[in-house]
Amino acid sequence: MSHTAQNAAETARTQNAPRPRGKSTLTAGQMPSWVWLAVLAGALVLGAGIVALMGGGDFNIVGWLIISAILYVLGMYITTRVMENRRKATDGLWRNLVWAAFIIALIPLVAVIWSVLANGLSTLIANPHLLWEDMGGAAGGDVKFMREGGVGPIAGGFGHALVGTLMITLFAALISVPIGLLTSIFLVEYSRGGWFSRAITFFVDVMTGIPSIVAGLFAFALMELVITTFIGDTPRHLQMVKMGFTASVALSVLMIPVVVRSTEEMLRVVPNELREASYALGVRKWRTITKIVIPTAISGIASGITLAIARVAGETAPILVTAGFVANFNWNVFDDMMTALPVYIYRQMIFPSAAQAPDPSIDRAWAAALMLILIVMALNLIARIIAKAFAPKKTGR
Amino acid sequence: MVTESAVEPQRKSSLTAPRGGAAGDKVFSGLSLTAGILILVTLAFVAVFLVAESLPALAPEVFSDQDSIESADNFFEYVWPLMAGTLIASAIALLLATPVAIGVALYISHYAPRAIATPVGYVIDLLAAIPSVVYGAFGMFILAPVMGPIYAWLTENLGFIPFFSDGYSATGRTLLTASIVLAVMVLPIITSLCREIFVQTPKLHEEAALALGATRWEMIKMTVFPFARAGIISSIMLALGRALGETMAVTMVLSQGVFSWNIISAGNTTIPSEIALNFPEAFGMRQSELIAAGLMLFIITLIVNMIARWIVSRHKEFSGAN
Repeated sequence: MSHTAQNAAETARTQNAPRPRGKSTLTAGQMPSWVWLAVLAGALVLGAGIVALMGGGDFNIVGWLIISAILYVLGMYITTRVMENRRKATDGLWRNLVWAAFIIALIPLVAVIWSVLANGLSTLIANPHLLWEDMGGAAGGDVKFMREGGVGPIAGGFGHALVGTLMITLFAALISVPIGLLTSIFLVEYSRGGWFSRAITFFVDVMTGIPSIVAGLFAFALMELVITTFIGDTPRHLQMVKMGFTASVALSVLMIPVVVRSTEEMLRVVPNELREASYALGVRKWRTITKIVIPTAISGIASGITLAIARVAGETAPILVTAGFVANFNWNVFDDMMTALPVYIYRQMIFPSAAQAPDPSIDRAWAAALMLILIVMALNLIARIIAKAFAPKKTGR
Repeated sequence: MVTESAVEPQRKSSLTAPRGGAAGDKVFSGLSLTAGILILVTLAFVAVFLVAESLPALAPEVFSDQDSIESADNFFEYVWPLMAGTLIASAIALLLATPVAIGVALYISHYAPRAIATPVGYVIDLLAAIPSVVYGAFGMFILAPVMGPIYAWLTENLGFIPFFSDGYSATGRTLLTASIVLAVMVLPIITSLCREIFVQTPKLHEEAALALGATRWEMIKMTVFPFARAGIISSIMLALGRALGETMAVTMVLSQGVFSWNIISAGNTTIPSEIALNFPEAFGMRQSELIAAGLMLFIITLIVNMIARWIVSRHKEFSGAN
């Protein structure tokens, strides 16, 4: 026993022996804090040399940064391995890789935002009329615009697309909010975890994964069946299938599961004590739900619904196959085709109004893309504000 | 018996007397039950309609007056290049996005200082909300021209790999560009799901690992990853479901064509973009073909999503998944 103790004491002494090298035992054996700067400088210089040699004259800044980053990560690994140990080196390598992942992810995401702002903002500021005009006769205007050398106001606008998005999304919300809300009330308040509620939960999950284009096909097939069965099946009637309401049905298929999931989550966190207090006072179940449970959870429900609206407002494919696209204003969702903002962007970019003068169409599309992002971001922001501002005080469980 | 008969006279008391509320109770519970049934009926309708509308294309001799479908000899020949394109594009997208997304999630949960982590989390959530048509526009006008020269370099230097052989597209509007755009789109999904799971790792596990002298990476390897494994897999599966069904980004970026293994030249297409491009003008048999292709997509995504949910439910008790 005493022998082991002596050994341990000796080991401790030998470990303490090189103590003067570090300032304390805690930081002994660690690299000085300036090492990473030295490695970084070395990597940048070496990277510059490699790029200059490989480029043979023209200096590629992007290539320089990439090569330097790789050299830095490798250099840090080797340096740490030599100066400290393998475990520290591995730790440092992964820390650098995680930082690299963060920077790599930031590049395209920033590029997306920047490209929309750079391409759309100037057009939108110079042509505010884009917001309330439609595309009637815009093709002629585009040709004239190009002939005059691309100066002056751009013809047309996307007012009709804003109206289309507004009406289609409004009707989608009118369909899916009551269904979604009532379903989640059923799941939380009425069902007792039986097979039926489990089936609903499972199929709501399945619905979340329906590809948006399949939702569009479903809505189209459904309305086609409804119209051919109840109204008629002449070509004119088949044409009727393409209307704003069909798109609303398609969007509801995408929206209902989102509403159900978020509302269910919110209802489940309402403290049971509130319900029990209400029942104890003799209040009926439906009055308890409408007067106690829902008001308590309303901030979460409202923010969930807003997020669901934001999600479907940006959908393109289901609206493209169900509502088509037109050049003029159309406020009636039950009659004739309708253009939504995302479909407008797609059509203008792929099939410019005037094939011989595509530039104005692409400018309009970027301006519309900026508008769409602003709408979606605003909805997201509103959802957050609602959730924060009207959140109930946290009590109970 | 005694108590029940004792209660009987109290039916008239003010506490239990009907005040029009009983009907309300019934109506309300009936309504909520109807809504639940409606969802099940809707989903059944989706399946039934898709099958009914695609029958003429699946078996033209039986369900239509034509001998075969329009675009190919039989439906399988028509649909396999589309399915292959869809799967290749999604696979590349996930290969690109997953490591980066998990890295970013780790960055937010374990590496970044608090002052950076919170805003980055917000930004990632906002980016998940950007409409796909905007990503499509970005891929078509910004990314594709950048990728053109890179593809030229790839063919020149790595042409021996089948993916890069036999020419390239100078415009950059290829399956690989579409996959990169898809990767950018699914990255926020994987990141935000993984981050939520990573931060749920029990603090005691992490601190125990650190107290035993583990470095931060060893701590993550020993506590965070085992805890989050099911969650990571299911978030990847959910992202795969999203990538498979994504329409506009691929439609706008890719210049469609027949199937080929070369992913850096024009060609290939995916099911959603085939539908989006052709459905507005399609009728009759062509429409059935497209709806049948949509049915195939529906089945694939259904399987993928169900596997994801199954993994989550199997590991629910032991991990932060769900």
